[in-house]
Amino acid sequence: MSTVVIDQVSRWFGNVVAVNDVSMTIGPGVTGLLGPNGAGKSTLIAMMAGFLAPSAGSVTIDGEPTWRNEQIYRRLGLVPEREGMYDVVTGRELVLANARLHLLPDPESAAARAVATVDMEAAQDREISTYSKGMKQRIKMATALVHDPSVLLLDEPFNGMDPRQRLHLMELLHRMADDGRTVLFSSHILEEVEQLAGSIEVMVAGRHAASGDFREIRRLMTERPHQYTIRSSDDRALAAALIAHGSTSGVELREAALHVRAADRAAFVHVLPLLARHHDVRLYEVAPADESLESVFSYLVER
Amino acid sequence: MNATVARLTVRGLLGRRRALLLLVLPLVLVGMAAVVRLVAGADDGTAVGLVGGFGLGTIVPLVALLAGTGSIGPEIDDGSIVYLLSKPISRFTILVSKLATAVVVALGFGALPVGAAMLVLAQSPGALVVPYLVGAAAACTAYAALFLCLAVVTRNAVIVGLLYAIVWETTVAGFVPGAQNLSVRQWSLGLTEAMLGADADRFGVAAAVAASTGGALLAVLTVAATYYGARRLETLPLTSAE
Repeated sequence: MSTVVIDQVSRWFGNVVAVNDVSMTIGPGVTGLLGPNGAGKSTLIAMMAGFLAPSAGSVTIDGEPTWRNEQIYRRLGLVPEREGMYDVVTGRELVLANARLHLLPDPESAAARAVATVDMEAAQDREISTYSKGMKQRIKMATALVHDPSVLLLDEPFNGMDPRQRLHLMELLHRMADDGRTVLFSSHILEEVEQLAGSIEVMVAGRHAASGDFREIRRLMTERPHQYTIRSSDDRALAAALIAHGSTSGVELREAALHVRAADRAAFVHVLPLLARHHDVRLYEVAPADESLESVFSYLVER
Repeated sequence: MNATVARLTVRGLLGRRRALLLLVLPLVLVGMAAVVRLVAGADDGTAVGLVGGFGLGTIVPLVALLAGTGSIGPEIDDGSIVYLLSKPISRFTILVSKLATAVVVALGFGALPVGAAMLVLAQSPGALVVPYLVGAAAACTAYAALFLCLAVVTRNAVIVGLLYAIVWETTVAGFVPGAQNLSVRQWSLGLTEAMLGADADRFGVAAAVAASTGGALLAVLTVAATYYGARRLETLPLTSAE
């Protein structure tokens, strides 16, 4: 059983702050690190994996620093996002080489075990350059598991996987967690994290935005006010009518359009056309403002 | 020294397309020596000119450049270096293992062909082959360490190394006498000259530095490049998001 402690960690590259004063504790079980692209997830994972020095703060595993401490890799396994592997060797050879690099007493059987765990026995003697993306992912997984680490870090492991491979990896990660391992994976897709992670850490723009189990995060995300942009024949009259109605918490006239904050989305959607007709206003355009993950996340940050 | 690191490095070096270049360069040198011999016959002066100039001056640095940068550069570029660095092995051990591989490859494809070309072309190979072999071997070792270090420090190691080999070693050091004191080629030639002893004048071999100075500088360069390369590898920033 291992615990990763991230204590007031910041990392900047020149003037760009990639990770901004993040503190979190990651214990046994599956933890999802959720956030849009560019939120600093990979930077944080690189620091956890000892590949990047924190500019401030500390990252430790069971009290030991990860930076400039190669002994940490005895209990840490890493599945990198990048595809780069030793393409000219076979899958089995790569896993075996990793077992040897870990200085394991019996690298042959450790490699065989890891290859079996990821279900790659059938293709283990083919060169890695002939593998599909999902197979590469599984061999990467085997190299990270070969020394039976208590902490497993995976950077965007589901990228480019088909649903069947996704399911397979999810099963595997669940099994790892059931064995008492600390498993952390990053993703920018809410549904992936929802299906897999017992606890979720949300990162946005380098900051630690939210933390908790999935239901909490989902509640935070769905209860946020929804933004709409409306163009009509008389924005001002419509604005007055909307703000008089309880479903709307704010209106703003800006850039020749009406911007509405709906407190109760369902009621707002229902009442908008009724109000428009009642006040003889013609609706030209009703658009939900940016519903992308980024805006959902940034709402969490602003709270 | 870690055998697995060395093995993976060899696979990477000889499994890629640059292995072809590694093979072509020595073939060009030995081939040229053979052609010259067929046309003009064996001659010590020509041998010293061709092998000392083209061999030591061009083929050896190029082969060492391919071996030195190729033993770590591609792994840093494609990110596969992660598989070596995420292990309970010191970065110094990793670098030294890679250097050993690079040196062996550079010796095989750089130094040995220098000896072979000398053997083919020289009229008195008994006197010339071993001194040139030793000089080339020393140069290969120092160059490999230098270029390996360079590959850890910069992604443009091949270009920087080429500029060094062409601009500095061939051009600047060729025309500016002072610059010759800072030339791996001259340092190793110092060793060759000393081994030739009294024959050096007869063969027209004159290095810019004495053997003791050259040998010491080669050793210092090799050790310093290895040490600095290992230090830089310890703090090599690796992020998948770039």
